[in-house]
Formats: sequence, structure tokens, C-alpha cells
Amino acid sequence: MPEEKTDGTPLLDQLEEGGWPSFVKQIKECAKTSPMCQDLLGQLEKSYSEKIGHWQHGGIVGVLGYGGGVIGRYTDSPDEFPNIAHFHTMRVNHPAGWFYTSDALRTLCDIWEEHGSGLTNMHGSTGDIIFLGTTTDELEPTFSALTQAGFDLGGSGSNVRTPSCCVGPARCEWSCYDTLRTCYDFTMHYQDQLHRPEFPYKWKFKFSGCPNDCVAAIARADMSIIGTWRDEIQIDQDAVAECAEKGVDIQADVVGNCPGRCISWDGGKLAIEEEFCVKCMHCINVMPKALRPGDDRGACILIGSKAPIMQGALLSSVLVPFIKVEPPYDEIYDMVEKIHDIWCEEGKARERIGEFIQRVGMGNFLEAIDIEPRPQMVAHPRENPYIFYEDYFEEGDDESDEDEEE
Amino acid sequence: MAEQAVERLTDIGPPHYEKFLPPIVATNYGKWRYHEVLKPGVMVHVGESGDKLWTVRAGGPRLMSIHTIRWIADLTDKYCGGHMRFTSRNNIEFLLTEEEKIDPLIAELKENGFPVGGIRNSISSIVHTQGWVHCHSAATDASGIVKAVMDDLIEYFVEMKLPGKLRIALACCLNMCGAVHCSDIAILGIHRRPPKVDHERLPKICEIPTVVASCPTAAIKPVMVGDKRSVEVNEDACMYCANCYTVCPAMRLNDPLNDGVSIWVGGKVSNARTEPKFSKLAIDYLPNNPPRWPEVVDAVRNIVEVWAKHAKRYERMGEFIDRIGWPKFFDLTGIEFTKYHIDDFRLAGTTYKRSTHMSSF
Repeated sequence: MPEEKTDGTPLLDQLEEGGWPSFVKQIKECAKTSPMCQDLLGQLEKSYSEKIGHWQHGGIVGVLGYGGGVIGRYTDSPDEFPNIAHFHTMRVNHPAGWFYTSDALRTLCDIWEEHGSGLTNMHGSTGDIIFLGTTTDELEPTFSALTQAGFDLGGSGSNVRTPSCCVGPARCEWSCYDTLRTCYDFTMHYQDQLHRPEFPYKWKFKFSGCPNDCVAAIARADMSIIGTWRDEIQIDQDAVAECAEKGVDIQADVVGNCPGRCISWDGGKLAIEEEFCVKCMHCINVMPKALRPGDDRGACILIGSKAPIMQGALLSSVLVPFIKVEPPYDEIYDMVEKIHDIWCEEGKARERIGEFIQRVGMGNFLEAIDIEPRPQMVAHPRENPYIFYEDYFEEGDDESDEDEEE
Repeated sequence: MAEQAVERLTDIGPPHYEKFLPPIVATNYGKWRYHEVLKPGVMVHVGESGDKLWTVRAGGPRLMSIHTIRWIADLTDKYCGGHMRFTSRNNIEFLLTEEEKIDPLIAELKENGFPVGGIRNSISSIVHTQGWVHCHSAATDASGIVKAVMDDLIEYFVEMKLPGKLRIALACCLNMCGAVHCSDIAILGIHRRPPKVDHERLPKICEIPTVVASCPTAAIKPVMVGDKRSVEVNEDACMYCANCYTVCPAMRLNDPLNDGVSIWVGGKVSNARTEPKFSKLAIDYLPNNPPRWPEVVDAVRNIVEVWAKHAKRYERMGEFIDRIGWPKFFDLTGIEFTKYHIDDFRLAGTTYKRSTHMSSF
């Protein structure tokens, strides 16, 4: 029956050509054995010819006791494509740093071959392993097979989304804290909030080991924890000389690009005025063998980034300029709890923390979570004179009273 | 109840990452000394111990079948002692401890159509969304455009001949899933007309207060249509976000006549040299022209080539444009500047030019 229906896919076929790996070949490979993928191909060809999508959102689906991890998806043409009448996504929480053994990969493939379409994303935008396409009936059996194999679902909806981190100390000399360990610890700490929505909207943690920010934490996480250091960059002068010999134009490429204008090079020795270094990583990126972050390492915690929905895109802004990121992470967990409390109490539906802070004002927000305002938190002080003073003097106040309190 | 049933596990979290680390990573964890890029797609990390770990990075389709993943697992066994990883941009990374296996691995990858590259001054894989393959609010397809653009730009993936890094991202509607809003070049699907309300279906399948509340600009209000309760959209206030369509399938936003693609430039997330910044609008509308979107492919190549020709070494797209100024960017690319390029959302005034610094008149 499915074979008869296909009139071929002349438009999609054109995407099998060319040098970049073809997603059409991937779907076709699965379609050899999966009727779901045959109908997916048919519907996608229809979209290509009509220039419109044919999916519907809606209907809460999931596994027992969880309020997230499954995205309900249905075709709008079930008569034409009955095998994708349900075609739900399952988000599977990936291992920190996206490391796998070949056995783990095969285990995931076997589960998804038995219970779903066989199509995946490795990985989705938030970091999860994406199992693309299964029926409502298969959700619980897939979940059971996953948990027996040691995997669990990730986040969706108004909950803690699956945290993700860069490769960190596993394979990077620049990582200023243990991003994998921190990511795993946070993922386990928030299991309840990850699986059971209790917030006004989503909450994302992302962990980058250095200011290069390889997981785009500053653009995409409600709380962005980005590694940095406080002391001087470590310099290996012999390796600097080696870079110069190998053709690095140190004056133009390194000195000339330093945002703090704190590097000098006399042709033999590189010097950095540590006091004015803004820890941007550029010089280290250009000469990884010669320069390294300092020894006094930790992270900057920033808050509030998000994509446009609903009030426009935001980048995260500084909340804690520097903190040591070490187990048991109590100081950070306590701070997050205060933030979640006020956001849950005062936040509007579908209001991310960044939008909430914009609405109530960063100054008020800091006061509510007991954090002192610091100049590191602003690009510059206010430009307008409309200060909402909370205190002023009344006639007859004795100004000397305050001085005497000391 | 069934006694032989396996215990139902919940809240176990992901597998502990330590179970999947290659032995050489476990022993050199946190003790890497430096790394070097040896050739396109190949780098070596050297530990304080002197241990060496070679990485071979390959581009792949983000939409991947279990058959391909099994093939990757086989390669991983053959060349890497059973260990690999993926990157935050969906690249496949093979982790090798034997240098002599690098070239045979690369040969086998290429033979099977998987390009090796994406490191240092190159284009890395395009991060992208689901598009027509799986999303309800998509204004365009994601995988198809990415395939067409990367087929065209593949030389910049497999070689390191660009002035700096170039990060391209695609999102299929203005929800901008992924870091599209902070990419050197962002390809963004757009809707251009307000949703069409299906007054027959709406009362049957949607909760009206939820639909009204879903609108960020308060453009939706409840109305009676004949004897049916429904909603009305103030079309002037609609910004095509699809929030209402997400909560109510009777608010169809997808529209083949008007949906299309916009192009944004100059964003970055890294702190290197300059601060992270948002992408800005370069082209407000290009038509949806599947299967190969030639207008989009040409527009992206044009922007890449203008940047590659004029940027200084290490200068990202946004840094390049900040230096030369936006008027010069529009001159050099030949892109037409229109009223739509001028912001009129919140705090739009901060984006007006407030100096006489101009290199192009």
C-alpha cells in the first residue's frame, strides 16, 4: 500500500546531489523499512511543491508523571499520510559534553528502530538527543527502554530545559572550571523541575568554560555560567618566539586586536599589563601554545538571555562578576532558588527571567535577591535623570543623626 | 501490578559523562597543555603528560538516520577505540590516539560523502531548526536551505582560507530557535501576513482566553461571529510570531504566498576582541524557492565573499561592519536599503545613527 502511493519525490531528489551530506538520503534510508518515513517523505515533497508546512502542534502528550520531554506533533493531512497521524518528538537528555561510546550509540539506535521512525537529530538546539517521530502508544515503551539503558528524557515546556556545556576540561586547555561536572550536577539537582513544569516559562542553564563561549550561553541561557580568571595570563616566552618565527604577525594580529590595549611586543618579549586585561581570549586564541588563562580561575554568572519571543531577543548581563565554581555549588544553588522564588511569585505567564528583570528593573531585582549592585553589571550608568528615589529628607530631619549611627 | 514487569524508573537523569570519556581523556582531564590545528578539520591536543589526542571533525546532516549513526559507531570502533563526540554545532568529532589512522579515517569519511573541516578560519556546520520536516510554525524548510547553502559554500568548510571564523545559523520562523540572533550570518524564515482565523473550528478546538493571552502585542480580542464565539486580530499590531498558532491550530499563520526568508548579519557570541552582539537585518525578504532556494544561496555567497575580500585577519562579520560602517556594507554588497531596515520596535531610537562618522555618502 505505501509503495503504490509514492509518485516519487522529484523535488527532494534534487537535494541528494552536491558535496554536503544529504538529509534526504537519511530519510530515504529509513523509509526502506519505516512506513512513517515513507509518509514523511511524501508530506515533505508536498510541502516543497506547495511551499507550506503541514504539521500541527497541540494535544498534551507525554509519559506518566512527566510534564515535559515530548513534543506532540500531528499531520494536518492524516487521510493522505496516515502513518504520520502522530509523529511526536522525544527529547532525550544527552551526556554532558556530547561524548559517546560506540555501544551507547548503538543502544540508542536499537531503541529508536524498535519504537520510532529511526530518524534523529544529533543534536537539537538545546542539546538533547532528538528522537524524531513516534506514535502516542509508543511513548511509554520508548521511555521504559531508555531508562533501562540509563537514559532519561530532557526538558520541554515551562520547566528547566536540558542543561548543556562545552567540551570543557575533557579536551580543552582553556576551561576555567569543570563544565561537565557542573552541568551534570545541575542536571541531577533539578531533575524534578526538569520533568515537571512549575515556572512561568522555560529556564535554561548553559555552561561555557571560557569567554569564547562555545555553547552560546550568553545568547541562549537564562543563566549563563562562563569561565574566566582573575590573575595574569600565563606566558611562555619561548613559545611566543616560536609563533613569531612561524609567521604570526604579533604586532598586527595580537597587539593590534587587544581590546584593553594592554599588550606590548618589542620583537623579543611579550608583556601584558594584567590590570587592564578584559579577559577576551583573543591573544590566547591566536597563540594557544604560548599563552594560557591565569591560575585563579572561576566563572562570571550572567542572567537573562533569550531568543525573541515574546518581548524581543536579549543577551545575558552580568549578575556575579566572578565566582569559584566548585562542588557542592551551594552558593549558586541558593542564589538560583531566590531567583526562582521571586520569578514564580511575580512573573507573568510566558515571561522569561530576562524580560521579568527588564520589567521590574535590575536594581529592584538585585535588591529582591540580596545582591549588591556593582559597576560590572552595566555597560554604562544611566543616561536619563529620572531616578526613582526611595528616600528623601523632610524639613526638620537632623542630618547629623545618620553620621552618629556609626 | 504485573510482577514480572521491570521496575519503572524515573528522574534518573542522563548517563554520567565519565562512562563515555576515552581513556586518554580520563587521564588528561583538566591537564591539557595546548592544541594545534594541523590541517583543515584536524587538530591535536597535547597534555602536560605529553599525551596526544587527535581530533578529526566532519560535517554531517543534523537530521540523521540510525543507519548512519551505526556507521559512525563502526568507524569509531575501527579508528578511535570506540569513542567519539558531537560538537555544539552538530559536527561529528572522531577522537584518535594513533596518528597513523588519521588519513585512512579521512579517506573513508570522504568516500562516504562526509566532508572534513570546520575548524579555525572556516565555516563550521550550520546550526538549524526543523523546518517543514517537523515544525508547525515553520515559514520555510530548514534542512533544504542548509543543504543548498553548504553545497555552495563547502570550499570554505574544507579549507581555512577565510579571514576569521564564520558562523551561519538558520531558524525557520522568528522564534529563532538556536543562536540565530547572534550569528555572523543568520537565515531566518519569516511570515508576512497575520493569521487567518477559522471561525468554524476555533470554538471547537481552542480556549479563547488562552488564544487572547498568547499574543505579545495584545492584538487578539474575543468577538462573536454570528452565533459563534471566536477571536479577531488587529492586523496592524501583528508581528507574525506564531504564538497564537502554537496554542490554537485554527489560527493558521503559514501562507505560501507570503512566507519567505530574511538574512541577518554581524552577530557573535564569543567575547574575543569585541563584545557579543546581535545579528542585524541585511535583507528583509527573499522568496521561498524550493528545492534549492537559489536567491538565498546567492545572497549568502555574496555576503561571504564581500567579507572575505575586505575583512582584516581575525575580523568577524560584525567587527568588519562596525569598522567600515553600515552604509559601506550596503555599498559593497549591493543590497538595497529600505524602510524595513530601520527599527520601529522597542527602543528603536537607540539604533539611529547619532554621529557624523561615515565613510560612504
